[in-house]
Amino acid sequence: MRSIVVIAFNTFRENLRDKILYNLLIFAGLLMGASILIGALTIDEQDKIIADMGLASINLIGVIIAIFVGIGLVSKEIERRTIYTILAKPISRSQFILGKYVGLAITLAVNLVIMFAVFVFTLWMTQVTITMVLVQAAALMMVEFLVVTATALFFSTFSTPTLSAALTLGLYLIGHLTSDLKALAEKSSSEVTKAVMTALYYLCPNLELLNVKGQAVSGVPLDWSYQFSATLYGLLYASLLLAGAATIFQRRDF
Amino acid sequence: MDAICTESLTKTFRSSWPGKPPVTVVRDLNLTVNREEVFGFLGPNGSGKTTTMKMLLGLAQPTKGTVRLLGRPTSEVNVRQQIGFLPEAPYFYTYLTAEEVLLFYGRLAGLSGQSLNRRVEEMLEMVGLMEARRRQLGKFSKGMLQRVGLAQALIHDPTLVILDEPMSGLDPIGRKEVRDLIMRLRRQGKTVFFSTHIIPDVETLCDRVGIIAGGRLLACGRVDELVEGRTRTVDVVCDGLHERNLAPLNGLASSIVQQNRQHLITLSHPERLEELLAAIKARGGKLVSVTPHKGSLEELFFSSIQVEAKA
Repeated sequence: MRSIVVIAFNTFRENLRDKILYNLLIFAGLLMGASILIGALTIDEQDKIIADMGLASINLIGVIIAIFVGIGLVSKEIERRTIYTILAKPISRSQFILGKYVGLAITLAVNLVIMFAVFVFTLWMTQVTITMVLVQAAALMMVEFLVVTATALFFSTFSTPTLSAALTLGLYLIGHLTSDLKALAEKSSSEVTKAVMTALYYLCPNLELLNVKGQAVSGVPLDWSYQFSATLYGLLYASLLLAGAATIFQRRDF
Repeated sequence: MDAICTESLTKTFRSSWPGKPPVTVVRDLNLTVNREEVFGFLGPNGSGKTTTMKMLLGLAQPTKGTVRLLGRPTSEVNVRQQIGFLPEAPYFYTYLTAEEVLLFYGRLAGLSGQSLNRRVEEMLEMVGLMEARRRQLGKFSKGMLQRVGLAQALIHDPTLVILDEPMSGLDPIGRKEVRDLIMRLRRQGKTVFFSTHIIPDVETLCDRVGIIAGGRLLACGRVDELVEGRTRTVDVVCDGLHERNLAPLNGLASSIVQQNRQHLITLSHPERLEELLAAIKARGGKLVSVTPHKGSLEELFFSSIQVEAKA
């Protein structure tokens, strides 16, 4: 446990000292500024547009960090050969993987909190009603980040950073289209297509379960039992990916 | 209990391209390193030294064979509590300062609180980086990074220290400092296993040496034992030989030089010494001296490599 904390803290520190994160925060600010501007140019729908743009920005930036920092969590350590001295210390490979993951998860959580605070401040400034469902949507976004980070980490344990990014991005997009996969399987006359689509439906994460942004923007309350089950689903999926990543990483040579 | 013990340690890399043959970089390595000794692992570039070290530390899985460190399998995470490792040309997090990096490695090794802070101070002092403690490693020279590497390897006061090319890329002063450090570790009763291709370092520092080439351990033992029995040439000085009697000796000697009344006969095949001495006596010569010249570790190293290359 102690080793995981040490690795996690160091990963978090690395992310903090990495200027890319600060740039992304600036980007978030600009995007939110733009949402106000766009909102000002529209009639009636101003509240919705500001909330929609804000949540979408937070989501987009979080996913970008999760993918592009996530794929480098392990591969950078191997490439820079820092892994030699770390794994020569009394730490298991799964502890290392978990530590790196937790480190990025903390970074994402801190980023999310900061961006959400800016977002809420923007809403308050523009006199848009702040509802609990916005917080719930942000919490589910965090779960989505955890799934995406675990996916990036999983792929990076056995493929190149570029391929890992492509695969993670692909899975992220499919993850938002799983209901279409199911519909396609049901409508398809080909047995092969049906089998492939059904397999993809069950294998890929259903990230739409974690997307309640539309509901949050509309101000429709979200049931807490849904919040709980969607969170549990996301965490379970991330855990499975992490277990897979640890298993593959265990067998790797450096 | 041995500090390091490998049995039939083998590493084969399979190509990801179909049809390309696998490459075996370490073959049936049986190596034993005793406790409290300095062991030099000598071999040319690409001989399998680093791969062997990686297998010792569990960074690479052996294709065949076993590794035991301090009597325990290398797969046991806790055994690394007693092991310090410096990789070749070490890389560290460039965003950390020297102090931060040592705190990080110290924590990973299970140290905490005052004992960790004290140990970090000691290590910074030992490697001469006290002044640069708050400087980020990205601004460090290669030599300074090597010192950080040594400090992190020793932060948890390990029993067994494994160093991969510790003198690589260092200037003469840096190399001397590393040599002094290895001597100090020996005095402290640590086991030091280090790889190198610099022969004088092995001769100066090591109790025992292993020579590896082409992934095979070609020789292993005490330096003096290894070169013993490897008499390269014998100089025989004799008196009273006439020029006309020298011709039959030419077949035995590699050179015959006259010095006043004496002749210096150099024998390149020491096993034929008896034959030469008998020939000198038969031709009325008087033996003055016989001086065998032993081979050096360098000669042993090169001859071992040549034998391996021919094999």
